[in-house]
Amino acid sequence: MSANLEEILSQGLQAIAEAKDLNQLDQARVSYLGKKGAFTLQMKQLGKLDPDQRRAVGQVINQAKSEFQKNLEATKTAMQQAALDARLASESVDVSLPGRGQSGAGLHPVTITLRRISKIFASVGFNIAEGPEIEDDYHNFEALNIPAHHPARAMHDTFYFDAHTVLRTHTSPVQIRAMEAEKPPLKVIAPGRVYRCDSDVTHTPMFHQVEGFLVDTDVSFADLKGVVYEFLRAFFEKDIQVRFRPSYFPFTEPSAEVDIECVMCNGKGCRVCGHTGWLEVMGCGMIHPEVFKSVGINSDEFTGFAFGMGVERLAMLRYGINDLRMFFENDLKFLEQFH
Amino acid sequence: MQISEAWLRELVNPSISTETLVDQLTMAGLEVDSVTPAAAEFSLIVVGEVMTMTQHSNADKLRICQVSVGETELLQIVCGASNVRVGLKIPVALVGAVLPGNFKIKKSKLRGELSLGMLCSEKELGLAKDADGLMELSNDAPIGTDIREYLALNDSIIELDLTPNRADCLSVEGVAREIAVLNKMDWNSVAFAPAEISHDAVIDVKIEEQQACPRYLGRLIKNVNPNAETPLWMQERLRRSGLRSLGPLVDVTNYVLLELGQPLHAFDADKLSGSITVRTGKKGEKLALLNEQTITLDGTALVIADEKQALALAGVMGGENTSVTELTKNIFLECAFFTPVTIAGKARQFGLHTDSSHRFERGVDFTLQQRAIERATQLIVDITGGSVGAISEVTNTDSLPQRPAVTLRRQRIQRVLGISMADEDISQIFTGLGMQVESFDEGWHITPPGCRFDITIEADLLEEVGRIYGYNNLPNSSLLMRSELGKAEEAVLPLARIEDLLVDKGYQEVITYSFVDESIQKMIAPDVPFIRIQNPISSELSVMRTTLWCGLINAALHNTKRQQNRVRLFESGLRFIKRNDEMLQQRMISGLILGNALPEQWSEKSRKVDFFDLKGDLTAIFALNNDTVSYQNSTHPALHPGQSADILNAQGEKIGLMGMLHPTLEKQLDFDTPVFLFELDQALVFKKQVPTFAALSKFPSVRRDMALLVKEEVTSAEITKCIHDCNEKVIQDVLIFDIYRGEGVENGYKSVALSLMLQDFTQTLSDSEIDAIFSRVLTALKKIINAKLRD
Repeated sequence: MSANLEEILSQGLQAIAEAKDLNQLDQARVSYLGKKGAFTLQMKQLGKLDPDQRRAVGQVINQAKSEFQKNLEATKTAMQQAALDARLASESVDVSLPGRGQSGAGLHPVTITLRRISKIFASVGFNIAEGPEIEDDYHNFEALNIPAHHPARAMHDTFYFDAHTVLRTHTSPVQIRAMEAEKPPLKVIAPGRVYRCDSDVTHTPMFHQVEGFLVDTDVSFADLKGVVYEFLRAFFEKDIQVRFRPSYFPFTEPSAEVDIECVMCNGKGCRVCGHTGWLEVMGCGMIHPEVFKSVGINSDEFTGFAFGMGVERLAMLRYGINDLRMFFENDLKFLEQFH
Repeated sequence: MQISEAWLRELVNPSISTETLVDQLTMAGLEVDSVTPAAAEFSLIVVGEVMTMTQHSNADKLRICQVSVGETELLQIVCGASNVRVGLKIPVALVGAVLPGNFKIKKSKLRGELSLGMLCSEKELGLAKDADGLMELSNDAPIGTDIREYLALNDSIIELDLTPNRADCLSVEGVAREIAVLNKMDWNSVAFAPAEISHDAVIDVKIEEQQACPRYLGRLIKNVNPNAETPLWMQERLRRSGLRSLGPLVDVTNYVLLELGQPLHAFDADKLSGSITVRTGKKGEKLALLNEQTITLDGTALVIADEKQALALAGVMGGENTSVTELTKNIFLECAFFTPVTIAGKARQFGLHTDSSHRFERGVDFTLQQRAIERATQLIVDITGGSVGAISEVTNTDSLPQRPAVTLRRQRIQRVLGISMADEDISQIFTGLGMQVESFDEGWHITPPGCRFDITIEADLLEEVGRIYGYNNLPNSSLLMRSELGKAEEAVLPLARIEDLLVDKGYQEVITYSFVDESIQKMIAPDVPFIRIQNPISSELSVMRTTLWCGLINAALHNTKRQQNRVRLFESGLRFIKRNDEMLQQRMISGLILGNALPEQWSEKSRKVDFFDLKGDLTAIFALNNDTVSYQNSTHPALHPGQSADILNAQGEKIGLMGMLHPTLEKQLDFDTPVFLFELDQALVFKKQVPTFAALSKFPSVRRDMALLVKEEVTSAEITKCIHDCNEKVIQDVLIFDIYRGEGVENGYKSVALSLMLQDFTQTLSDSEIDAIFSRVLTALKKIINAKLRD
């Protein structure tokens, strides 16, 4: 390599090293590799040489040029990387700052509970029915085998509009309406608001129930027990103890109250279960032949069971809520716990 | 009902613990509410007698007694009770005794005098809440006997919460019958010898209402001792059943009521005028009852009357004028059967509820009266002496309840209960329950006893079998039911989808009462006829809501008063509107927002919600049901007249409304920020079109913008309608992207910038075609809404 060429290369590498940014680096590229660049001029002078020298000199120039280029590319890559690093560094955010937009909200715990109950029953084909809340005496009482002056009426503190119109005291009238509308086999649950003229620490004048019933040709009390038992285990997601106690409802015979092992103390006995270890969670029974009669279903051909449960009660047990009245105060601090 | 375990065990005494006994009752359907000891814990208290008594020299009220407790030496005990006297037998707490409340008796000195124990009152023994002196024991109480033993205090009080069908268990005998069946054993009914008739005076009885009172028994008992006292054992049994002792005559009637379940009544025979009639009370007739309440009869209630007046409200309560007192010498004892339907509701009608009405309205054994009156007579004579007259009985057999046999088919046991049982087990259950059993090929004919009013159909018998067999012993079957494929309705939008959308948009669901304060409702919906509850729980909850806004506003206020400055709520449920004679019940979904549009945050400028925030949320709902809704200015009285809209669906039906709460109401209701509300009719919002496919154009779409100058009152809806009405098929969409007022735009005008999206299905649109469309649209805009193109 001629001294001159060596000088050019050394100066070129110097220029690369001195380039402060991509712009200056590009200027260096132009000065050495551009149309009038130092290496380009060297190549142009090759023509003046002997043909036999030309090849050897040309190789030397290319070698120098290639070294320059390699250096240039490496520097360029390094500079681009540095520039990207700088940009990324400048763009970094405090990831711990909150995201932008709406805050979350939620459903009311009663709705959450109703949805879970509905989902469990819907999974085995129960249809969901609704009925009016202002109900006539016939559907709320008479058709359910509760004639006027029946002692069971005293158990329902009823809101009246007139002698024959009431706020429904339970969701059982939906059972009547559903059986009036369709013939068996029937598998229905009816969630909704119900009303009793009672208000104290453990009673609100409005609350929610889910009524469920099943009518088919061969439904037995054993089926009722099986369904209720499986439902309660599904609802509490726990293998809880369940017991059935004989009870009385005018619209079922035989009738039963269902107790579960207290979920607060696991049956050991506590304030919530009145130290009995058991909690009453629903009433149920085989649909009374008088009820079938009132909707024109032959009770020799069909049998059926019905059950009814208090939604607030189930929600309280599920979530450990200790005050029924909180459900209807609608304090956001309470409601947002169920998001 | 409350009963003593010891009393019960006198009739049937299975070898089981109290705990097991109580569990058996509960699991047989006689729910035990509580079991409490008959007396609180105490020890070392014995029967003692005051032998001598002297005045304490240093205290006026104290006396020094020498008390015998059966030892050779007497105990000196200082006592301050006013009824202490020589010869009195009392409970004595010895030194070392522990009284209820862990109160220990020690040897002590009272004002210098040694006291070796304490003479006790009923209160100190925990037997009564109050006492005005020492507990006086009977003269024959054996000195030195432990008081727990003497009073049989090692007993439990069982409180039963009976269902209305089980009137047969409203007595000790009734519960004993159940216990016996459950333990497969016999029980002893109360045995006694009837009193002998010793005089021939009778009072005649007439029954005018034989349907209501098919049987009435009465008898005169003369010369009872008015000074007799109820024996302690009876007082204790009454006490453990929750009844106070009120003198022997009343105590005996109460005792028989508890023992057998038959209510009785004793009249002071000297206050009666002539014969007794069971009749309907006359309208307006007055009757002073035992509880010092005077009722005015309405012409439907049954009464017991003499020749002058009504004496008692039949089956409910006796009258003041003829009641027995401590001076009563001669009594007329009544023992009747009144039919449940006669008594049902009568007590409640007069605001009463008595042990008697409770039993009669549920059903008293109509075969029991003879036995009950004999039992009461025997007890009265035993306690108070007296001579007994013959029973006057009037019975109308035809009016007595019937007990036809009920058939139980063997196969129904399997079909309904899911079990099969041996015939002799079935027979044993029903015989034990006092029923007559007759078998036939397919099952049994079973005749219930007089005390069972709840056995009329086969299902009732099945319940008895299940109950005695044990519900928990019945199998649980897995759900083997006919099943059908479920539905997947597409033309109905589920409520849950809208609820979830609102929740995702930051709305919290609330549930508020369906009845509201009339005054708030009148402010919010002044023109809507509402439905009033006859017997509301309070005036704040007295009318049915005609809009869900009442509850939402209350819930919002509850929270703004608790420093919540951003509230977003929704509720779904019925509203109730009176229309002529109808009560309309419509399912609505409503929401309320107030305060900041977004929670306070570092990255967005804080801004209050406005009309278009709410409308944006509703737009999201209508995107779910794919409805083309339109908004028209609303005139709802509770809303801001310039910021409220009725919402119409594609068919022009009103599906709801929205807007800003009227500023006047905002102030009256005590909000300090604008409130925005919506309410939608669920039935209309849930209607959804099942989509049908439309072909896509293969040709490019073109956007052309224009800025129009229009008068302020021209709405954006009018502009877009005008463009759509041009019927240019290639116009796919019109988008308003800016509204401008200010410099360059004349006052009273606005500049509306919009773009037309053009696309043809058959070709790429050429510039000249686009220009032509643009020009036709502009001409229409000029003509119809007087719009000008803004330069």
